[in-house]
Amino acid sequence: MGYLELRDLEKSFGGVLALDGLSLDLAAGELVSLLGPSGCGKTTALRIVAGFETPDRGSVVVDGRDMTRVPANRRDMGMVFQAYSLFPNMTALGNIQFGLRIREVASADRKRRADELLELVGLSPHAGKYPHQLSGGQQQRVALARALAIQPKILLLDEPLSALDAKVRVTLRDEIRRIQSELGITTLFVTHDQEEALALSDRVGVMSEGRIEQLDTPARVYREPATPFVAQFVGVTNALDGLADGDGVLIGGHRLPASAAAGHPRGAAVRLIVRPEEIGLSPVENGGVASDGRLAGTIVTQSFLGAVMRLTVRLEGDGQVLRVDVPSLEAERHAAGSRVAIDLASRSPIVVAA
Amino acid sequence: MTAPAPDALAPSTASAPPGASGTPERARALRGSRRRTMWRWLVLLAFGIFFLLPLVAMLEFSTRGGAAGRNFAAWRAIAQDPDLVSAITISLELAVLTVAGMLVLLVPVATWVHLRLPRVRRLIEFICLLPLTIPAIVLVVGIAPIYAWVAYFFGESPLTLTFVYVILVLPYAYRAIDNGLGAIDLRTLAEAARSLGAGWPTALTRVVVPNIRGALVSASFLSVALVLGEFTIASLLNFNNLQVTINLLGKRDAAVSVAVSLASLVFAFVLLLALSFVGRRRSSSGVTEEG
Repeated sequence: MGYLELRDLEKSFGGVLALDGLSLDLAAGELVSLLGPSGCGKTTALRIVAGFETPDRGSVVVDGRDMTRVPANRRDMGMVFQAYSLFPNMTALGNIQFGLRIREVASADRKRRADELLELVGLSPHAGKYPHQLSGGQQQRVALARALAIQPKILLLDEPLSALDAKVRVTLRDEIRRIQSELGITTLFVTHDQEEALALSDRVGVMSEGRIEQLDTPARVYREPATPFVAQFVGVTNALDGLADGDGVLIGGHRLPASAAAGHPRGAAVRLIVRPEEIGLSPVENGGVASDGRLAGTIVTQSFLGAVMRLTVRLEGDGQVLRVDVPSLEAERHAAGSRVAIDLASRSPIVVAA
Repeated sequence: MTAPAPDALAPSTASAPPGASGTPERARALRGSRRRTMWRWLVLLAFGIFFLLPLVAMLEFSTRGGAAGRNFAAWRAIAQDPDLVSAITISLELAVLTVAGMLVLLVPVATWVHLRLPRVRRLIEFICLLPLTIPAIVLVVGIAPIYAWVAYFFGESPLTLTFVYVILVLPYAYRAIDNGLGAIDLRTLAEAARSLGAGWPTALTRVVVPNIRGALVSASFLSVALVLGEFTIASLLNFNNLQVTINLLGKRDAAVSVAVSLASLVFAFVLLLALSFVGRRRSSSGVTEEG
């Protein structure tokens, strides 16, 4: 039994089903991300936990207590919003003290607690500033401190980094993780940014059409996607069309070993899913190199992505296109226009029905 | 010492911007800008005269002293006329009560509509604009029977005009408050307050109201100006407010009547002038960089 349990939540808006029997358990102190495309229901799930929406069916249980019908202001849940949500009429300190003031905490204790939190988020020198005097990242840090000030049972983060620029986003992401680990607070994080979800979370729940497709550790979600949707949504993927052939797939007339193909009838149209970094390339002289277990192709384009160079390779035979990541330092070996041998057999690719 | 090369002697021409031929264009632009500025001042002056001339005339009329020369006897008489003082007091009380009623009625309703019932926003707006489209005389005809009941329950005090005045100020006040609510991220602020433990009344008073202060002050000032200038309804319902009393006074002592009118006009002007200064946000003193 988890500390936070979402049981069979169902919610629709004007006939459109936003949540379709969503169930999720969070252990105490765990950080779980709900990851999915826009409209998959992740924010609706978070808002139901926060008490801003009421589910049509199902329940929200926190530490054994059913909170489904408890008003938002009596749930003791801290929330950081996607939009800047600091109260413009209050300073950073005033914002952090707001929840404590509502709880009639003594003035000295309130000040002490707010100072501690400002210290925690590294904004002590900015205590007296109003929101409009703070940058976006600073505002979100104050919002985090404000949410933590009330010592919430659950911390809810609704895409708090999406309005920030890339550099600040990474810094704040790391800070959120540090603070969450330090405080050991159970956290539900909603995002559409897979990098954020994978970097921050103990577990990631990938959502589609109101359901969780896979709930697992970031590494397993990435390396062992449970469904075609997860495979294609998380990370960059190549999908190669072919025909099932026992424990292999025929692509362009060449057989590639793929044990996952065994579940498909021989000759059935299948799609082989493989990640760009799981493909091996080696330069070849002119001449036929394609054989069973190996394809051949020509490099069409190169994109420099920093640590890696992303190559687009057109397969000989059926002309399908693959994206392949190679370390930037090795990119010189793979100039545009050169022929390469493609080795997909080094890992076990995923095979789904086409 | 050798003489400098001819090129070195002509730095100014060499450093002239490439568009040296643009100088006449700049001069033309400057002339155009001056002409526009002059037109602005002329328009301002024309409007200033249009608005100020009647006021100056009123001041002139109210300070005529006949053979005794110019004096402020009419202005001094304002404070000495018990009916007038009573009317001023009643109108000010009506203004305060109307503002209070309007705020108590409109702020929660407009907030709720924004947050929970956005679909009925147009309907509420339409209802609030109705008093603007119905002539005062028609309004009174409709309201008179209701005021028989008002008098029955609340007595015949002129302060009962508050009820009809709250309706009368709806178009102006609702628009101001609606704009104020539209200018903030109301949903997020309200939900943030709720998640921190605030009930709706607390969220409304501590978060929503302070952040639409400018809009509330605008709505209040417009209401005060409207109440202080209202004549038709009070007169037709047989209540003596400031404007009704000024009208009666005008038949008795025109100079005092004009002095009071001018005073109330100036008061309303000052209020409306104050409108342009309130609600201005604190000037941003430089957003700090991420650190």
